[in-house]
Amino acid sequence: MCQVGEDYGEPAPREPPPAPRPSREHKCVKCKEAQPVVVIRAGDAFCRDCFKAFYIHKFRAMLGKNRLIFPGEKVLLAWSGGPSSSSMVRQVLEGLSQDSAKRLRFVPGVIFIDEGAACGRSPEERAKTLAEVKPILQAIGFPWHVVALEEVFSLPPSVLRCSSQEPAAPDGAYKAAVDNFLQQQHVLGAGGGPGLAHGEEPLPQPRAQSAWDLQSLVRPPAAAQTEALSHLFCSVRTLTAKEELLQTLRVHLILHVARAHGYSKVMTGDSCTRLAIKLMTNLALGRGAFLAWDTGFSDERHGDVVVVRPMREHTLKEVAFYNRLFSVPSVFTPAVDTKAPEKASIHRLMEAFILRLQIQFPSTVSTVYRTSEKLAKAPRDGPAAGTCGPRCLLCMCTLDVDTADSATAFGVQTASHLSQIQSPTPLTETGTPQGLCCSPGGASRREDPQACIAEQLCYGCRVNMKDLPSLEPLPPYILAEAQLRTQRAWVLAELRDCLIEDSEDEVGQS
Amino acid sequence: MAAPLSVEVEFGGGAELLFDGVKKHQVTLPGQEEPWDIRNLLVWIKKNLLKERPELFIQGDSVRPGILVLINDADWELLSKHGVTADKELQSQSQRLHREDKWT
Repeated sequence: MCQVGEDYGEPAPREPPPAPRPSREHKCVKCKEAQPVVVIRAGDAFCRDCFKAFYIHKFRAMLGKNRLIFPGEKVLLAWSGGPSSSSMVRQVLEGLSQDSAKRLRFVPGVIFIDEGAACGRSPEERAKTLAEVKPILQAIGFPWHVVALEEVFSLPPSVLRCSSQEPAAPDGAYKAAVDNFLQQQHVLGAGGGPGLAHGEEPLPQPRAQSAWDLQSLVRPPAAAQTEALSHLFCSVRTLTAKEELLQTLRVHLILHVARAHGYSKVMTGDSCTRLAIKLMTNLALGRGAFLAWDTGFSDERHGDVVVVRPMREHTLKEVAFYNRLFSVPSVFTPAVDTKAPEKASIHRLMEAFILRLQIQFPSTVSTVYRTSEKLAKAPRDGPAAGTCGPRCLLCMCTLDVDTADSATAFGVQTASHLSQIQSPTPLTETGTPQGLCCSPGGASRREDPQACIAEQLCYGCRVNMKDLPSLEPLPPYILAEAQLRTQRAWVLAELRDCLIEDSEDEVGQS
Repeated sequence: MAAPLSVEVEFGGGAELLFDGVKKHQVTLPGQEEPWDIRNLLVWIKKNLLKERPELFIQGDSVRPGILVLINDADWELLSKHGVTADKELQSQSQRLHREDKWT
């Protein structure tokens, strides 16, 4: 470790000899009997059964120790088709069907989002993917929702409003809820019939076919919407901004579906590796203030719907091996950055960096992960700011830009610099109606929609928006909400001028 | 002198995109001077199976970081990586750790 006064004159010490590599001749480190099949972490070789137990235990422990998901709660599983989320769905499936003492107790649903239009896929390719996706969804047996990303063009502006935050349940509440639930089950079970109560929603059994299953993308999205989405993504200049925009829209869509169907939690399959990469990427993107929400186990920024990440301790290697050894089905779909070169985006660059480092130093990912565990979510101004203060229009985190603060004032400068680059007649150019963003009376402000929206964004989102030459292709709900907020802010400012300030009066009279 | 060797090579997790979308390949490695090992196999794959973008699959004399290699459903790290000789039916699977989960 570095110390003041340490002498660096000597050459760097040679690397310690590498630890003896685990080999096939050794036995599993856990049971010491069977042949190992996979090496986890720095050098632990596990056999197939011990690996399975280890993997499952991690998942259950992650849910158990955080105690956020209450019995009977509706949880939406965000399934992308990829290995991590497929593995997560399998864990939930198995967890729900176990003996009653350790069984998972929530009510799951699955959502799959078809992002083909944003990735430039043809209708035939998308249909082919959906044909692979549907049998898997049906086999899972939970209620499922297949939604095209084009649906963002029909979202209401209310999606961007943070609902009131539920007060954190007191410590004893979780245990009380579980005990209560178990008692109910016991009573109903004694009454006749194994656990299935009359008049109560039956717990989903795997393979149960119910009316919920038929919610689906019955018709393909309107061609106009597909065209609009495609146009939006083509107009974004950099791959980095494209990925961030895709993520934003995806989150909004999932949020909307969750709210519409009464889900209070969303589970995403972010793995340890992905979160380590995301942490570093977000630092580079200027989202350092929100790392705890972006990479932590739970993300409560939306208020009524909480996003949880139960796979955050599983590395991609563990996920891949588990899926292979235990035949977890997954569907590979190309994404916006498929086959992109290493330097195409900040995300790619960081991924390459971390994965390469991981080869030489196998504790890289876990070290970054452990650091992320220590990030706290203390609000800026103390507990009083727990209610909805000004929030970023897109990512819905509390705004981290303060014009008085010299460091973040840079964000304001970037925005005004941007408005200077824009041509002097932005309103007629983009074809938006007069006063879309700025109030008619706001004479002091440049009437520039881009600058108006930029003020409502956090630093990271502002930087991303710079890569969007025009706001026009954005889905209407974003522009509508931006306009609403600007008008509200203007009205508030006007009102404030009219209010009599008590303190001023007193000062004047004394 | 190594005799020709019959091997099944399987690609998944997105790696198949570099091989014309074909996941399973039943190949016969030709007889050659040195015994077949993973390093030679990778070179052979690059020359004969890989259709595009070699830099996304191979880096130096190994696979690109992020790609996993399994030999008969076991981690290649258990077999001291390149040194293993392929003497029977050998199944190698490369899974590309590419966007494993799109929700991130």
